[in-house]
Amino acid sequence: MILGRVIGSITSTINHPFYDAKKLMVVERTDAAGVPLTDYLIAIDTVDSGPGDRVLVLDEGNGARQIVGSKDAPVRSVIVGIVDAVSSS
Amino acid sequence: MLLGRVIGTVVPCVVYEGLEGVPMLMVQPLDKQGAPKGGPLVAADSTRMAGPGELVYYEGGREAALALDPWFVPVDHTIIGIVDAGGGRP
Repeated sequence: MILGRVIGSITSTINHPFYDAKKLMVVERTDAAGVPLTDYLIAIDTVDSGPGDRVLVLDEGNGARQIVGSKDAPVRSVIVGIVDAVSSS
Repeated sequence: MLLGRVIGTVVPCVVYEGLEGVPMLMVQPLDKQGAPKGGPLVAADSTRMAGPGELVYYEGGREAALALDPWFVPVDHTIIGIVDAGGGRP
């Protein structure tokens, strides 16, 4: 899983049927200290996160499909947690 | 998924079985500020409604093929939706 920060959301009318009524967030990757890295991803939100929140993102297809309860959904990235604190030694 | 801008269409005359009728679009990947990043790629369009100039989000890898019907097709990028509003940092 990867650490990131929510920097925006996506509103979409025309989309793949699986994504109807799914909440999509734009998440930039951060290091353990919370400093933004260059890359980002768009993920389904399962934990009611909002812009500015530090989040935990699962970026793997089989685990993501298990969370959304589908065997054949075209989904790979899911926000699975909101991070309070990270400590690294 | 990542953000991209549709910059053109691709019309193949012969395609692998299962890909008949699937729209193929040229997509320029974007970074989180919306600026072009890297070279363009060709993506299948699962919405069948995207067109040049539109901001889209697309999936890459194995999940790209899962967005199509039939799903067991040789595709590595597929447009999942068209962005109405939102995105990354302005």
